Amino acid sequence: MIPEIGQFALILAFTLAACQAVLPLLGAHRNDDAMMAVARPAALGQFVLVAISYAALTWAFLHDDFSVLYVANHSNLALPTGYKISAVWSAHEGSWLLWILLLAAWTLAVTRFSDGLPKAMLARVVGVMGVLSVGSILFALLTSNPFERLVPAAIDGADLNPLLQDPGLAIHPPLLYIGYVGFSVAFAFAIAAMISGKLDREWARWMRPWTTVPWLFLTIGIALGSWWAYYELGWGGWWFWDPVENASFMPWLIGTALIHSLAVTEKRGLFTSWTLLLAISAYSLSLLGTFLVRSGIIVSVHAFATDPTRGYFILGFLAFVIIGALALYAWRAPSLDSQAGFSPVSRETFLLLNNVLLVVATTLVLLGTLAPLIVELVNGGKISIGAPWFEVAFLVPMLPLVFLIGVGMHTAWRKQAKGGLMNTLRTPAIIGIVGGVLLPLMFYGRVTLLLVVGTVAAVWIVASSLVQPIRSWRREKGAAGITRSALGMSVAHLGMGVFVIGACIVSAFGIEADRSMRPGESLEVAGYEFEMRELRNVDGPNYSAIEAVIEIRDAGEYVATVRPQKRTYLVQQNPMTEASIHATWNKDLFVALGDPLGGNAWSVRVQYKPLIRFIWLGAFIMAIGGLIAVSDRRYRVNVRKTADQASKAAESNA
Amino acid sequence: MTRFALPLVGVVILVVFFYIGLDGTRDPSALPSQFVGKPAPEFDLPAVIDPERRVSNADLRGQISLVNVWATWCVGCRAEHEFLNQLAQQGEYPIYGINWRDNRATALEWLGRLGNPYVKSGFDEDGRVGIDWGVYGAPETFLISAQGEVVYRFTGPLSWELWDQEFVPRIERMSAQ
Repeated sequence: MIPEIGQFALILAFTLAACQAVLPLLGAHRNDDAMMAVARPAALGQFVLVAISYAALTWAFLHDDFSVLYVANHSNLALPTGYKISAVWSAHEGSWLLWILLLAAWTLAVTRFSDGLPKAMLARVVGVMGVLSVGSILFALLTSNPFERLVPAAIDGADLNPLLQDPGLAIHPPLLYIGYVGFSVAFAFAIAAMISGKLDREWARWMRPWTTVPWLFLTIGIALGSWWAYYELGWGGWWFWDPVENASFMPWLIGTALIHSLAVTEKRGLFTSWTLLLAISAYSLSLLGTFLVRSGIIVSVHAFATDPTRGYFILGFLAFVIIGALALYAWRAPSLDSQAGFSPVSRETFLLLNNVLLVVATTLVLLGTLAPLIVELVNGGKISIGAPWFEVAFLVPMLPLVFLIGVGMHTAWRKQAKGGLMNTLRTPAIIGIVGGVLLPLMFYGRVTLLLVVGTVAAVWIVASSLVQPIRSWRREKGAAGITRSALGMSVAHLGMGVFVIGACIVSAFGIEADRSMRPGESLEVAGYEFEMRELRNVDGPNYSAIEAVIEIRDAGEYVATVRPQKRTYLVQQNPMTEASIHATWNKDLFVALGDPLGGNAWSVRVQYKPLIRFIWLGAFIMAIGGLIAVSDRRYRVNVRKTADQASKAAESNA
Repeated sequence: MTRFALPLVGVVILVVFFYIGLDGTRDPSALPSQFVGKPAPEFDLPAVIDPERRVSNADLRGQISLVNVWATWCVGCRAEHEFLNQLAQQGEYPIYGINWRDNRATALEWLGRLGNPYVKSGFDEDGRVGIDWGVYGAPETFLISAQGEVVYRFTGPLSWELWDQEFVPRIERMSAQ
């Protein structure tokens, strides 16, 4: 009964979404207040109905209702309760329902935090989101009903894929989805601006927090996903350039570009058509990712079980949304484009470079992801593009970008006076060069050219992004302190620097060793001694495992004991590698069990990963920077009243 | 004006590519399998029902046959089981099972309860034969020629629709040669 209520609620939500898609847009066109007023209640109603539907599916998981096909396929009586909740989004149907729920939640958020927004703009934004919602719910109802019954009911479920039984995985998809779906708001703002023909600095200011918030969720989601892959897949890498990873990375890159381009649109009223295009692209790439993952068109370890009808549906939806948006763009953007000059040395120039480089990087990732498909369709051959290609190609736009960050954030709008910039940058430049050379040399004992380029850039960004906060902190009573906006920017760039340090050091000095070991034997990696004390059997709630107890010593001194496991989950029977990691701030010692080699011997993978934590730490710092930036007071005050004062204040500080 | 239409043009081309790429007969996970066109990997397993009997490559020669990898813990296998029963009833192509990483008692109970479409099923308790055959998840179904060569490998639960779409054309091509 409860699953039927869930399905019924979803159908009702569809009808409300249809109202939300049609009436406010029509109302805004005819300037009819009553029709525009439908936006808010429709968004609220739709959210409540989708939430009921989502709760019903969760209920089915918690009550082990194996008469629901989706539950029978992805849960089990013995599955721990926490994973029953996360199992809801562990596969296609349920995760799509989550997508719908988040879209409804974002729409509701737009209607709640829109006090200063002109009525017609709000109606258009909510209407466009209604159109997206209609397509999303229809997709669930027609091709991916999570409430489908299994007759007769299964006695027990097939269990959640053991790979997914992990806290890191349990939370990273919702975070990613908040980001993907959140870009629909920026998309809707862009469409609304193109329909109304009204694109001004106020519009850009409105859009900024709605871009930064999804971006920061996406940042955390990608970081957690990378962390999960690192310790759960058992390989010890942190980024694999897998098509699905790329699918999450491309919206992030474009979202980052959009945040920067919006800064120019808000402060100077420039880059308008460019901002529109990026806003359309960020959500379009989210949809593209969805298509790639759910249609089965490419091979990936993360791809969902697939079905061609789903592929055609998403492709149709994607084509409608993106082609529609870009056709509108081709028609309206020329009249919205702004032309105004700025000098070659100005913040505008640097932000333009930032945008160009990020778009080039996105294009390269997109090409690398789709090339195997395109080659196959053109001449039938199979090619595979792996991490080495991406690593080289990606460096081309990224290396100049990391150097430019440090300069860009200190340049002035319009025109930069020469002397001031040199003064500001001298100290960070010296710190960058000295620190970037000494860091690898002193702590790790050797340098290579590429490594030094990387570490110099990284230390340079860190130093450069600290300049403004330090200056404002020193001038303790200074009334003209740093704005949240500027502080957020500094912190986010600091995070970027921290990330680059981690990525450079771990790729240059990480050590991996695969050896055969039996109890009593030991091996040495990176100066640490790893001794296998014993092998034993351990039982978990729904798995049994072989566990190796390995003691780590540094020059005879006890450091830690790690317990990597090889688990066999009782239902699905596939073996899982559970790595064990001894982590400190400056290194990870990663130990994973490989395969049994007979006679009590096991292959053991030991890795030394210096500064790998900086990679995720950097990503979290970036997200915190985003959080600080959206807390800037000019987004909170009633914009229309104080817009001018706020932007003046911001301009004098930024 | 034209430069503003460029993104539109790019996306239209991409969508056309995707549309062609979704064509159902293209299977992206059908890696150019090292097995396809080669003799089926060597195996010799005790049968599920009677451990004294063996199931091996010798069974696969002389007639077009199917090898189906199944297990009682696999929901997809349950989903395709009725189809396998019906196919077996037609009696045109013998189906051999590889009972993969399973428990003999539950496997026997399953065959008793749901019906047994297999001529014989080999009992691959530790999954070694599964490794040799490159199985990465049950159910998987291999189409084997009369010469004992792997013609096609299908992953996922089968149905009549998929059978007509994926297997029948290949069998017809084989018979034509």
